[in-house]
Amino acid sequence: MACLFFALLLSLFVLYSASGQDFSRIYAQGVNVAVALGAMWLAANISPLNLERAARPLYILGLLLLIGVALFGTISHGARRWLNLGFMQIQPSELMRIAVPMMLAWYFASREGKPSASNFVVGSVLLAIPVALIMKQPDLGTSLLIASSGFYVLFLAGLSWRFLLIASASLLALMPVFWSLLHEYQRKRIEILFDPTQDPLGAGYHTIQAIIAIGSGGGAGKGWLNGTQTQLDFLPERTTDFIFAVFSEEFGFLGNMLLLTLFSLIIARGLVIASQAQNTFSRLLAGSITLNFFSYAFVNMGMVSGILPVVGVPLPLISYGGTSLVTLYLGFGILMSIHTHKKLVAT
Amino acid sequence: MVAELKNYIHEQYYFRLRLGVAGLVVLSLFALLAFRFYYLQILHYNHYQTLAENNRISLVPTIPNRGLILDKNGVVLAHNFFVYTLEITPAKVKNLDNTITELGQLIEVSSLDKKRFKKFREQSHSFESAPIRTHLNEIEAAKFAVNHYRFPGVEIKSRLFRHYPLGKLGSHMVGYIGRINDKDIENLKQEGVYSNYKGSDHIGKSGLEQFYEQQLHGTTGFQQVEIDADGHAVRVLSSNAPVPGDNLILSADSKLQEIAETAFGERRGAMVAINPKTGEVLTYVSQPTFNPNLFVDGIDTENWKLLNESLDKPLINRPLRGIYPPGSTFKPFVALAGLEAGKRNPPFAIQDPGFFMLPGSRHRYRDWKPSGHGMVDMQKAITVSCDTFFYGLAMELGIERLTSFVRHFGFGRKSDIDIKGEIEGLLPTPEWKMRRYKQPWYPGETVIIGIGQGYTLATPLQLAQATAILANNGVAMKPHLVTKIQNGLTGKQVFIPNIVQDRITLNPDNVEIVKRGMVDVTLPGGTAASVGANAGYSIAAKTGTAQVIGIKQNEKYNEHTINERHRDHALFIAFAPAEDPTIALAVIVENGGHGGSAAGPIARKVMDYYLLGKTPAIEPAAVAEPLPASATGTTTTSEEEFHD
Repeated sequence: MACLFFALLLSLFVLYSASGQDFSRIYAQGVNVAVALGAMWLAANISPLNLERAARPLYILGLLLLIGVALFGTISHGARRWLNLGFMQIQPSELMRIAVPMMLAWYFASREGKPSASNFVVGSVLLAIPVALIMKQPDLGTSLLIASSGFYVLFLAGLSWRFLLIASASLLALMPVFWSLLHEYQRKRIEILFDPTQDPLGAGYHTIQAIIAIGSGGGAGKGWLNGTQTQLDFLPERTTDFIFAVFSEEFGFLGNMLLLTLFSLIIARGLVIASQAQNTFSRLLAGSITLNFFSYAFVNMGMVSGILPVVGVPLPLISYGGTSLVTLYLGFGILMSIHTHKKLVAT
Repeated sequence: MVAELKNYIHEQYYFRLRLGVAGLVVLSLFALLAFRFYYLQILHYNHYQTLAENNRISLVPTIPNRGLILDKNGVVLAHNFFVYTLEITPAKVKNLDNTITELGQLIEVSSLDKKRFKKFREQSHSFESAPIRTHLNEIEAAKFAVNHYRFPGVEIKSRLFRHYPLGKLGSHMVGYIGRINDKDIENLKQEGVYSNYKGSDHIGKSGLEQFYEQQLHGTTGFQQVEIDADGHAVRVLSSNAPVPGDNLILSADSKLQEIAETAFGERRGAMVAINPKTGEVLTYVSQPTFNPNLFVDGIDTENWKLLNESLDKPLINRPLRGIYPPGSTFKPFVALAGLEAGKRNPPFAIQDPGFFMLPGSRHRYRDWKPSGHGMVDMQKAITVSCDTFFYGLAMELGIERLTSFVRHFGFGRKSDIDIKGEIEGLLPTPEWKMRRYKQPWYPGETVIIGIGQGYTLATPLQLAQATAILANNGVAMKPHLVTKIQNGLTGKQVFIPNIVQDRITLNPDNVEIVKRGMVDVTLPGGTAASVGANAGYSIAAKTGTAQVIGIKQNEKYNEHTINERHRDHALFIAFAPAEDPTIALAVIVENGGHGGSAAGPIARKVMDYYLLGKTPAIEPAAVAEPLPASATGTTTTSEEEFHD
């Protein structure tokens, strides 16, 4: 909890700098945090048993909404992600970030004993449907992260090592085949994804400027509000996906180590909660939520520092944005619930 | 129950194992990130630090104020002032035509402005801004400022503009500045001073502006400016102030210049007056002149056409680049050559029959006075401009000796005045003719050089300089327009030294004879008696007439029937006061007719003002007096005629 609040505070400071010392931004994020904390409190008070019960309806609701998006969704920035319900707009893919691991955890919990191969096939299908729908929106980042959250459940539920090996080997083997099937422009795009210097003013600009920001931060950073890349607008998307570059520039290598430590502690705590959980559902869910938190952190920091291609993934706890924050805190709320209910179930 | 528990423990064991594996993966991937940060932030910190600084810091040049050009009394001939210009950077504008049309609705953009802009665009790169309007007034500037958001790529700039307050006066001397073009850039690069021109967009193109470019330009300052991603300056980090250019102080007097130019009236021609003791140029006239202000922000095509295609050729710098046969003004130098070579000693005189014939030839070289001048000695030959006397003298001297002697007076070579573009004129020799025409030299060609005709060509500056050297008894001073250079910052003045170019060894008695002959020219009986009348100081002078078209053997030259542009050029050289000259000059009036009557009065006005401070009374434009030489001439077979 302490780590969480420290990260929260850090987030507000970084955001203040990233937004160009804009208090209204801080205020808005404050509201987001308040809502998220409310959601966390709510989730923390729902017993895992109820969560387990809610898993199926939530998953089905999510699926329906996703289909709704595919049919009637509003298009913005060339992607169909939002569903206009008349009184509010929702992004069903965010709901699926919680619903998918819950559903899979429920599924494996309901199959007693060591899961069979067919169980994994069913699990995979349950996972593949929402992932495919989200990928079609298109939202590659989110769909991959949901896929990974589902994969964590499969993995923790005991997916065989042999299968993992074969799957990853065949994936690698198929790579060149996929590559040959792609159009020239698609290949180019992927090449730029991995090598931003090929297009310094276009697609690669974000990454190049972010790397410059990080590198120029040096050991101790340029100091809060003194990041030149940040304050002089060279860094794009600096309140959202690229906020880590702001943090890195102003707080340097030491700041980054602090942040990594903070994340590691949160993840460690999550894994401990998972290992102490008393039933299969809680265990799988807690593990998946924790590892998913890691995925977000790693993918974001990886793409900002240029070791992963740029996909639109926010840095958990730090980036500006309402929905993702709420989902994240819901996850933490669930973790808390699992933690507080471990003894009750044990008896 | 036990089995269930055992199963549960077993299951939990496997789950924890898997969690442990996941934890390891998490740790190793975070370690990868940590290594990446270490790589970027510690190992390659310097590299990225530099990149960030390059992003952030931009060097903005601050253009120095260009030096002023002042006349000897401090009258400003060239200065600078700030004006607002409206500039478009074509590369930043999507639809140029629309933008210009819309701008036109906001503030006045004339078709002339558009044409000039078009010319600029053709000459410059699309990422350089070019002015669509200059000299915006406050209201126009404010109007645009309010609507600035509608015009990306269009900006108001405050530019330092060069202005020539006296306009046309002395424009060939002062010159003008213009936009730096690719050729200028190349030159600047070659001279290794291009870095000093960052941000400058003007450079001296002619006259003193060009010659003293280095002194006038000053040193460009730089500001280290922090910029944001859009290139807008955020704050100044450090600055290095520009050093203003030096001021030029001339020996010319704008009042004298005005008198000289006014004296020319509508006539074409040139005049150079030099202080023979110092080489300082006192007045430098090229008529007609032009308004140099037209060139500063780029001349529009119409005005350019007007100037460039005019028959009067106002853009030609006549004192430097106009070449004329010196005509009879050449005679004093031929005379001195004869005296110095011992060919003509004072008692020597000829009986002038009105023509000269080469031995063994029946070709008659006519004197301008068909009846001849009677008994003519050296002094009288100059005074009455006796052609026959000089035909013979030139013949006796021979071409080699004649040309090598007069070359010392600056004929056929550059004077090294402080304006670029001077041409050498022509002092012909047999070798030159062989090279040029692949023909041998004929004796007859030597004969006519004796009276300044034939191949001989001189610029007005050369004539003035030759006169000055003669006036100064053979000591050649380097002609120069600038006498002092004033530091633009401290105001400290540095004098340009007077340089002795050459000391011709001359017998003072010989010089005296020639000078006396020249003094007599302006006395009753001389060819320019009217010029010397009531002067109050003695003037040594020589008149001359240069033929523009050849007169056929059986034709007579008639000033009144001939096309105006085919009339003879009037020449006049003089120095005064004759005993101790402080001014030496040469005047050429193109197609002016006779030297004494057309060019002489101009010289007189200049000398009157220079020596006595006398301003000429306003008088009706000088009407050319009838030529004394337009008398009836007998036509004989095989003749050539030269006037004076």
